[in-house]
Amino acid sequence: MESKGAFFKRGMKDGIPICLGYLAVSFSFGIMALKTGLSTFQAVLMSLLNLTSAGQFASLSVITAAGSYVEMALSQLIINLRYCLMSCSLSQKMDPQAPFYHRFFVAYGNTDEVFALSSSVKGYVSPFYSYGIILVAVAGWTMGTLLGAVAGSVLPARVLSALGIALYAMFIAIIIPPAKESRVLQALILSAMVLSTAFTHAPVLRDISGGIQVIILTVAVAAAAACLAPVKEDVR
Amino acid sequence: MSGNVYVYIVVMAAVTYLIRALPLTLIRRPIKSQFLRSFLYYVPFATLSVMTFPAILSATSSPWSGLAGFLTAAVLSWKKKGLIFVSLTACAVVFVLELVLV
Repeated sequence: MESKGAFFKRGMKDGIPICLGYLAVSFSFGIMALKTGLSTFQAVLMSLLNLTSAGQFASLSVITAAGSYVEMALSQLIINLRYCLMSCSLSQKMDPQAPFYHRFFVAYGNTDEVFALSSSVKGYVSPFYSYGIILVAVAGWTMGTLLGAVAGSVLPARVLSALGIALYAMFIAIIIPPAKESRVLQALILSAMVLSTAFTHAPVLRDISGGIQVIILTVAVAAAAACLAPVKEDVR
Repeated sequence: MSGNVYVYIVVMAAVTYLIRALPLTLIRRPIKSQFLRSFLYYVPFATLSVMTFPAILSATSSPWSGLAGFLTAAVLSWKKKGLIFVSLTACAVVFVLELVLV
């Protein structure tokens, strides 16, 4: 059994790609937030409290359109509902014996990327591993927002563009290695990507908001896999 | 802008936090149903695949550099290279390719 400190350090190390990816994305967020009329402080505060890219970008349009608070709440609910699925999945990855209060803190940082890393752990995931990831992720996300807000031109566009792929590459590095030994996972990944491409381009389907698309496809693909290839025992 | 920005921020943060925290705190015990367990086991693979493709093609300045980054990451992950290595190499490939492309 690793110590809490060792888990924490490993989380911080594994979180480096998240930190880099977040720097790039939140950098553009910082620039946009200031254009929308937010102060630097407000932009950083939003990043610190929300820690969600799609939701924050969408919030800027609601703010620009002077939408109501209800409208803001609904748009965030729709865009971020996917986290609900992720939290359900993560609830089974956390040790039922671990102190309960950890779940309140881990929940704050359960972003797509933190969830992705936590899921890739074998067996139960230690809350301290999650804290390590969350710390560097939050650092990257808020620092990027700050830098974008105060010095929008400091990072060349080329570097931003290259860093833009960091998080996606990390997702791939998480889903592919376990798929190497599993035909089921190979089929699942492939069909999920094909369906997602169809939803992006096909008429009618493409009009469904991005957040809802992710939910529909995740539920459909994961449910199909669970029916066709139920997981036998504790392969967490 | 008409609403108070701080109220907007608090509303957003509350909604987002609740979405993340409710399932995590309400589902404390291991789920027994084999279907649900299997479903939740497959969720990360499904959701990450859906979010990655085709979005990765528009993550950079050109769909071609995005595709190159995607293939780089796929091949390196298949060879079980580490997370950080895969991620940084994909960034490097995009950067170099865009020196020519863009």
